[in-house]
Amino acid sequence: MAEEVKKEAPKLFKVTIDNITIEVPPGTSILNAARQIGGEVAPPAMCYYSKLQGSGGKCRTCLVEVAAGSTADPRPMPKLVASCRTNVMDGMIVKNITSEKVIDARNGVVEFLLLNHPLDCPICDQAGECHLQDLSYEHGKESTRYEFSRRTFEKHDLGPYIQLHMTRCILCYRCVFTADQISKKRVHGVLDRGDHAEIATYIEKSLDNDFIGNVIDVCPVGALTDKTFRFKNRVWFTKPVDAHRDCPKCSGKVQLWMRGKEVFRVTARKDEWGEVKDWICNDCRFEKKDTADWTIEGPSHVSRHSVISQGHYEKLEKPNETLVKVLDGRAPKLLMDIHSVSEVNKPTVKLSAIEGPAHSDDFNTAK
Amino acid sequence: MQALTNRAKPVDRAPMTWVEKLYLWNILKGMLITLRHFFKRKATVKYPEQKRPFSPVFRGLHILNRDEQGRERCTACGLCAVACPAEAITMEAAERKKGEENLYREEKYAARYEINMLRCIFCGLCEEACPKDAIYLSETFAPANFQRQTFIYGKQDLLIPDPVKEPELYAKAVGERGKKN
Repeated sequence: MAEEVKKEAPKLFKVTIDNITIEVPPGTSILNAARQIGGEVAPPAMCYYSKLQGSGGKCRTCLVEVAAGSTADPRPMPKLVASCRTNVMDGMIVKNITSEKVIDARNGVVEFLLLNHPLDCPICDQAGECHLQDLSYEHGKESTRYEFSRRTFEKHDLGPYIQLHMTRCILCYRCVFTADQISKKRVHGVLDRGDHAEIATYIEKSLDNDFIGNVIDVCPVGALTDKTFRFKNRVWFTKPVDAHRDCPKCSGKVQLWMRGKEVFRVTARKDEWGEVKDWICNDCRFEKKDTADWTIEGPSHVSRHSVISQGHYEKLEKPNETLVKVLDGRAPKLLMDIHSVSEVNKPTVKLSAIEGPAHSDDFNTAK
Repeated sequence: MQALTNRAKPVDRAPMTWVEKLYLWNILKGMLITLRHFFKRKATVKYPEQKRPFSPVFRGLHILNRDEQGRERCTACGLCAVACPAEAITMEAAERKKGEENLYREEKYAARYEINMLRCIFCGLCEEACPKDAIYLSETFAPANFQRQTFIYGKQDLLIPDPVKEPELYAKAVGERGKKN
């Protein structure tokens, strides 16, 4: 009897992170315990992904200071530890943003991550939803101390839908784990070592798997981007809406990035840590670029801190049009239809229908 | 009402004398002020022949910049459009093809770039937002017109002349401000 009761209520570990105490089951990592508290206490993570087994421990952005190991052994840990790979102990005291050492180390890690990062954010499609961009805004310095030329790679295509910019990659291995665990066949991985390490496929083998598109969502930077959305628009000018469809392969719950009635991009829905909620298949992601394919649920929730929230209204209430009433039923005279002059956003040209990125000839023929 | 200061002067309401009623002295006083203004510095200039120098922080018509090799600097990052409080800027991006490297500086460029000068308030936030030194506000006015259609400025209206192919036009466009730097 007594043993059964013990099984029902396992002993919870008491952890104190940034002076906030929380009880978590044994085996929880410090990062996940901090995420249960939420807010600023949760350390940032570039490589750890809760949905991918074995991820984490590579980027070192989630470093925390352990001020006391446990109640049994209250000595502090000699060095900062990666919170995604360190499990909690009973009575552990962790310092994250309250520790100067951690902030200093994190600034250093960001500097290291940016050593070879090209900082071509104005060109990159990930800008605006890039975790490295957010991280460098919080922790980065204005200038670099690195005097040597950055490592460069030729950009190349991973299959027909995915564009790889190896120069932007921070080698978090998330996409490798995704391909390993979500799809059964993995044909890409990390080749070479050290500075030469790069994500590549053997002999440019195309990644033809139904769920391989998820590597785009998993990538924390703009190394893997959607080729069907490439250069079409900036994310903050597109409007995210939640939508679903009856998909035989996946859950069909997605986020559409729309402009007017055009669907520019389809991604999986993400939670507050920027992690995918439900994996979606390639059909949903790349082939269904028509509003008629989807049942739209409504605007998605966007954090106020994100640039995407500019011009994004979740509860839109339009005021009654009073102009016609005031003018005794006459419609106001339209002085100029902008589409008669403007070359941009022509109603006849559907950018979302072009397969890859638009080129000069797309615009010349459209005239 | 009680006076707040002791600077108030009581009005002299005594009836005017015969000499005062002629107003001769007062008219002469007024004419003297007019005469003095003939010899003062004029507040206006004869505009089309003579032009006032612009202030160095003057914000006029926009110009899309090129680099030393004549390539367009703009990469259509959309930061000017997102910074624009009047939502006057719109653009469409395209990918640079092989062989177009002499036209565009980066892999992505603005295939179309438009500023609606009817909406623009010339605040200069686009200039501040630009990470590529691509957009500048010049020392020119937007010319007046009867037609609204003429105020939608496309890329052909905004781009600075090519410094390699048209050096004279480019120097003219850069103007005095360029010489100082």
